[in-house]
Amino acid sequence: MNSVNSGRALPWALVTPALGWTLLFFVLPFVAMAVSSLTAHEGGGFTLSNYSQFFANPSYWQAMVNSLQVTAIVTVISVLLAYPFAWILAEQVPERWQRLALMLAVLPFWTSYVVRSYSWLLVLAQNGVVNRALTGSGLFSEPLQLANTRLATITGFVHFFVMLLTLTIFANLKQLSPSYRKAAADLGAGPLRTFLHVVLPLTLPGIMVGAFLTFVLCIGDYITPQILGGNNELLMPQLVMMQIGRRGDFPLASALSIILMAVVTIAYLACARWLKIERA
Amino acid sequence: MRALIRTVSGLYALAIYGFIFLPVVVLVLFSLQATSFPIPPFTGPSLRWYEAVLADTRLTSALVNSLLVAVVSSAVAVTLGFLSAWGFARFALPGSGLMRGLITLPLTVSYLIIGMGLLVLFNWAGVPKSLLAAGIGHVVINLPLCFAIVYSQMGDHQINIERAARDLGAPEWKVLLLITVPVMAPAIFAGFFLSMTFSWDEFVISFLLTRFDTTLPVEIWNLLRSGLNPKTNAVGSLVFAVSIVLVVLFELMLLRRKPA
Repeated sequence: MNSVNSGRALPWALVTPALGWTLLFFVLPFVAMAVSSLTAHEGGGFTLSNYSQFFANPSYWQAMVNSLQVTAIVTVISVLLAYPFAWILAEQVPERWQRLALMLAVLPFWTSYVVRSYSWLLVLAQNGVVNRALTGSGLFSEPLQLANTRLATITGFVHFFVMLLTLTIFANLKQLSPSYRKAAADLGAGPLRTFLHVVLPLTLPGIMVGAFLTFVLCIGDYITPQILGGNNELLMPQLVMMQIGRRGDFPLASALSIILMAVVTIAYLACARWLKIERA
Repeated sequence: MRALIRTVSGLYALAIYGFIFLPVVVLVLFSLQATSFPIPPFTGPSLRWYEAVLADTRLTSALVNSLLVAVVSSAVAVTLGFLSAWGFARFALPGSGLMRGLITLPLTVSYLIIGMGLLVLFNWAGVPKSLLAAGIGHVVINLPLCFAIVYSQMGDHQINIERAARDLGAPEWKVLLLITVPVMAPAIFAGFFLSMTFSWDEFVISFLLTRFDTTLPVEIWNLLRSGLNPKTNAVGSLVFAVSIVLVVLFELMLLRRKPA
């Protein structure tokens, strides 16, 4: 493969800009954040207090607990909703319509976070379409408090991640060779048994990857809870942003960011066993 | 049994499509509202809120800023991504796996943390908040993506064409510009358009790193403080429309690559 005799200079000249950019604007900022997190906000000496504050202050803890709860609920609901949908698209929709069906299913995926969350605010508002439908049909006499609740945050998240997971699970189902199903049928398994014992186990690694992606993106998102959740409860990204906005406390914001990153890393290590299966 | 599965599947798919499209339909429908609240009953259609958006210089200049940041940062990201992908695919470099890992690492970190890190760094280095700072952040998030797309498309087929060019005496820069770039054009365009959509929609990095001149998502965020407003619907629908155009271009690039 390496038939080029232009010395060592050319290859390095090609890869150095990208490496340099990553080191300068990704690694170095991370180091700066780590140093900042160990610096006192007032005075600037070395301190661990930014970290100990997190463990000492129950409201900070609570933000992490809220984040983990919301993320876990969102991940489970999204997988449960997306799997059957992806299965229908892959198995029930005629082949030549599949591309269109899938493109349609993920079209709103491409709206920006801000616009998508705002749209849900419209839907869930006091006088919004959902409340109009509920009171209009006589199911409820009073409009429900839907916006500015945890339920609204979860709805906004699930909406996004159902689309993301539909994409990943669909791809997984399509990669499955039809001969597996044929073999199961030849051996006398019905459709249900084939699904439970063949299709589901074979797509499980893909589901794990999608679920992990959901976890990472969900726990780090500031917009959805900020727009839809209101101020009743805080999630971690909101707590981080509050430190910058209100008090300009970069060291505490840095420490909280690093704690958030640590949690994602722990989750990754916990899932690594399943995430690896896919590569094998 | 079969008919039952079909019926249940159909209903379920319909329900999920409904859920997925509900907010988008409400957004676009009430952007055409004639009165001042984007809630039922629908009083339109009217284009007055689109006129209001186009008359709002803050929004129109934010739109221009967003396009500028998206085009420039994506061009930088795809250039750096392409050059490094070519370098790694064609030459055996010591520690290549590690370096490739480093370039793709930002994909695993949330935008909030990337933005926070740059904010702390720029704050220390005395770099003022600006569109340039946000653009640097957008290159950080899109470079790994461009690299991965281009790198995954560099096969032996292209190596042989390049080798033929070299055998015929073409210097390295000519091989790059006249052979590699045209051959890799679909992957390069795909990386560029995907970067454009991510940069165009990105909020938190721009929010942290810009101040007066800002991008459209941040300006929309500022609009949200005034509550529900059909003008926000109108500008949101426009942002959505631009994203769809970019995605369709991206799809076309992918489709065109297929027959090759």
